[in-house]
Amino acid sequence: MGGNATIRFLARRLLSSAVVLLGVVIVVFSLVHLVPGDPVRIALGTRYTEEAYQALREASGLDRPLPVQFGSYLIDLVRGDLGVSFRNGQPVTLALLDRLPATVSLAGFAIVVALLISLPAGIWAALREGRLADAIVRITSQFGVSVPDFWMGMLFIVLFSSVLGWLPPGGYVALTDDPLQWLRRVALPGTTVGLVAAAILTRYVRAAVLDVRSSAFIRTARSKGLPSRTVLMRHLLRNALVPILTVAGIQLATILGGVIVVEVVFAWPGLGRLVYDAVAARDYPLVQGAVLLMAVLFLLINLIVDVLYAIVDPRIRLS
Amino acid sequence: MTTAPSTSRIRAWRLLAGNPVTLLSAIVLALIVLVALLGPWLVPYGVNATDVPNALRPPSAEHWFGTDDLGRDVLTRVVLAARVSLLVAVASVAFALVVGVSAGVVAGYRGGGLDTVIMRANDVLFAFPVLLLALAIVAVLGPGLGTTMLAIGVVYTPIFARVARGSTLSVRAEPFVQASRTMGTGHGYILLRHVLPNITGPVIVQTSLSLAFAILSEAALSFLGLGVQPPQPSWGRMLFDAQGFFDQAWWMGLFPGAAIFLTVLAFNLVGDGLRDVLDPKQRTMIEARRLR
Repeated sequence: MGGNATIRFLARRLLSSAVVLLGVVIVVFSLVHLVPGDPVRIALGTRYTEEAYQALREASGLDRPLPVQFGSYLIDLVRGDLGVSFRNGQPVTLALLDRLPATVSLAGFAIVVALLISLPAGIWAALREGRLADAIVRITSQFGVSVPDFWMGMLFIVLFSSVLGWLPPGGYVALTDDPLQWLRRVALPGTTVGLVAAAILTRYVRAAVLDVRSSAFIRTARSKGLPSRTVLMRHLLRNALVPILTVAGIQLATILGGVIVVEVVFAWPGLGRLVYDAVAARDYPLVQGAVLLMAVLFLLINLIVDVLYAIVDPRIRLS
Repeated sequence: MTTAPSTSRIRAWRLLAGNPVTLLSAIVLALIVLVALLGPWLVPYGVNATDVPNALRPPSAEHWFGTDDLGRDVLTRVVLAARVSLLVAVASVAFALVVGVSAGVVAGYRGGGLDTVIMRANDVLFAFPVLLLALAIVAVLGPGLGTTMLAIGVVYTPIFARVARGSTLSVRAEPFVQASRTMGTGHGYILLRHVLPNITGPVIVQTSLSLAFAILSEAALSFLGLGVQPPQPSWGRMLFDAQGFFDQAWWMGLFPGAAIFLTVLAFNLVGDGLRDVLDPKQRTMIEARRLR
């Protein structure tokens, strides 16, 4: 029975993800066709010559009928081929893979920072609901949600790099090349992104703990005379952890797609920086590829989170 | 029947006024809007009045917020940029509200295939990270004031559609709406008389929260140089200009950033207060993952 319900839930969830994915592909494919005027001519800009124009038009397949273009776009996608950059002729897939580790390592650092702050802060606020500590945590988290991350990043650079000289203002070293140098460089951008995520997560942690605290089994555990420490650790936190981890997963997905501005501020050569450069240069295949990759990552993480949640908490399958 | 909404509205305002944080935020917000409206009559200098010999001067009696790299008065520019930043936020949220609420109400009220199509399209838009989708739209249409409004408007449309649909679904199931339908009342009448008044609470809350995040999105786009273009000032654009000078002239970056922060905070806190009163079932997505 339970197994069947899980399988049915998974099948339904996968199907709806597939439909959304197809929609995403259609939107991304359409981007270049929605450009008012001739995208190839716009992309070439001052480098325009008749030969360059014809060559790029043919290479990008834009001279073919629309249904043919979409068909071959889909086939290429399945083969992992996202076309070539208008600017330097480099395969888009390679450019994306090249930048992916920088963004993933930044997002990973940020989510760790976010959890390290939001877990204690949210639990503390919930256990002191309505008191001063709760008010302080709530107001601080409201501040964190409202601050522009790129502005906070700029202030961090001035303080920790220019004034105190503790950390470099930007740049990137791969984690695998030199972990210590990576840490020195990821500290500022990672903390910037992590603080904003922490502000959002703290509210969820607080809400999740409050939610579990008001449930019947906690009252039972208390009335049995269990020490409050046991109730807190064994019953309350363990049960609150599931919704918290779900939101943390979604937050990670959001960070992956939202680091564009911070990557620009800190000269961090990740996907966000790539998108920015591609938009500025009107390099449409690169914009399409990066947008598609980020949307797919977002969908994928959401799917994984939902599936894990359904496995851990059977109630969700019924809804 | 007719007195119920008005008494609940009075109670709502009383509750709001009883919350000091919300009240203070509303006052701050009103002041910001007033400054934006009266800006040109308040400032002592021209928005693009350069004075190169006095470039990069720290805050002083003549220039309260200092001067920028071209000798322009930073206070003047922060005040006048409020207009542009608020205009973009209001226009884009108005777009999202009209399109999103219409789509959500139609989907929720009609149900069936139309609901599926509208909500699937909504899911597709939801799959794109906010700033990324806005950037993609700018990549297609080219940067500028109109594009910025459209891009942010499109990005926030799905949130309104989802909130409106959820509220419509629950109103549709109410006995008085069911009864009204059985009596043969027209769809237009039911939508206007029953559905719309009952979804306004969550929609108002969502509007306040979306205005906050629309200001952040505009600032981010303009900071990247892809939003509001010079000679128009915008807070994000001022931060973009401040980047190269932050070391020598902290005031160039501090004040526009603080203006963004204060405005967003005020909208958020007002939205929070409104939500406690107008949307007790919490249909609006306050910390919604999609907002930032």
